Amino acid sequence: MKPLFIQKELDITLTRLAYQLVENHMDFENTVIIGLQPRGIFLSDRIHQKVQSFLPKTKIAYGKLDITFYRDDFNEKGQLLQVSETQMDFNIEGKHVILVDDVLYTGRSIRSGLDALLDYGRPAHVELLVLIDRRFNREVPIQPDYVGMAVDVIDNQKVKVLWKERDGKDEVILL
Amino acid sequence: MSLSVKHLLGIKDLLPSDIELILKTAAQFKEVLQRPIKKVPTLRDTSVVNLFFENSTRTRISFELAEKRLSADTINFAASSSSVSKGETLIDTAKNILSMKVDMVVMRHSASGAPHFLAQHINASIINAGDGINEHPTQALLDSFSIQERIGSLKGKKVALIGDIMHSRVALSNIYCLTKMGAEVVVCGPPTLIPKHIESLGVGVMYDIKEALKWCDVANVLRIQLERQNKPLFSSLREYAMYYGVNKQVLQSIDKEIVIMHPGPINRGVELSSDVADSKNAIILDQVENGVAVRMAALYLLAGKKDQML
Repeated sequence: MKPLFIQKELDITLTRLAYQLVENHMDFENTVIIGLQPRGIFLSDRIHQKVQSFLPKTKIAYGKLDITFYRDDFNEKGQLLQVSETQMDFNIEGKHVILVDDVLYTGRSIRSGLDALLDYGRPAHVELLVLIDRRFNREVPIQPDYVGMAVDVIDNQKVKVLWKERDGKDEVILL
Repeated sequence: MSLSVKHLLGIKDLLPSDIELILKTAAQFKEVLQRPIKKVPTLRDTSVVNLFFENSTRTRISFELAEKRLSADTINFAASSSSVSKGETLIDTAKNILSMKVDMVVMRHSASGAPHFLAQHINASIINAGDGINEHPTQALLDSFSIQERIGSLKGKKVALIGDIMHSRVALSNIYCLTKMGAEVVVCGPPTLIPKHIESLGVGVMYDIKEALKWCDVANVLRIQLERQNKPLFSSLREYAMYYGVNKQVLQSIDKEIVIMHPGPINRGVELSSDVADSKNAIILDQVENGVAVRMAALYLLAGKKDQML
């Protein structure tokens, strides 16, 4: 077990990611942040808070998207996946969308996420922000635009992301 | 996260946690139905046959829409235009259809227990869309969903089922569903339309409609099912409407707002008057809308059982 991030480093990285978003999207007038349920939303909550604190005058549109119904493995393990809540009270037509998820691994969740997203309309542009990019494990051609940390690990290793809200502490560990 | 049953034959067989799971999943499907594109690819590898041995508008369209919005392939079957009219048996009909690789069966039949019987003979998951005077589980689930949506958790809520309790599969399924979810239930109607020993299901009985309406938070008014009554059980529809019809006067005389439901099709002017059916307290059309989401949830959750059946 090896820690990749501990509390303070994680906060620095999240701040950096939030600044990168502001650098590219400036006033966030036409940009929305969407976290992928269930695990991406802890990251997207933090990123949204940070960007919002940098731009106190604009109200940043923020949604959560459940992708269960779009997955190609919803029934593969003999157990149905838990359905989570989708909250998107804005229109994504013509918007710049930043999709947020915690770990980019095979790329299949993001593939489902894109399918789900497009059922809400036609965004002008979609970007992907992830905390951890497992570079060598992709099964579909999907690449992130913003990366907290890229890690090169073998298939049977696991990356576990812990969040204070759910697990009592902020930490990313390699198992 | 999984249902405890392989088929949805009746609410009787469900655990409270199953009902909660279906209602919770339905809420997410309701969100899907508000989107510009009201369709998800989830069941694109599943084929569903709708076996309707009895007439239906709402339930059949609702199931078909639910299946299509989950991207399942659907086949419709109506007994009147099929080989059943040539004398083919139920099992033969079902087995022949299933040999064409169908995964799920949605079935309505005028004989109580028909889907339970079929479940013992075939491998596919069966959803009961109404069997005789026994159960109509998806209707009860959508009723509970609609009540929750309007007035919050079912626990401790008072629901009156009014009218033809004897012949109503909606009533029986609602009794099971509501009591399992912790609601209080009273049935109300003329004594000839209330089965003996119904109290053993944990419900109260009232014969005075005013008393029942005063007591309840929600009144689910059932249809008078003349087609199932083979002997006269009340003297005339006019008399029934006078004593048990829910109309504006009787609602104004009880000094409180109650939610009005009806499973459809309404006999306007008999069990429910038009001014009440079209009032803001009536959630009849919400029930229909929620029906699609609830049926999507049932199909989705049972599709998860598909691999266990082979």
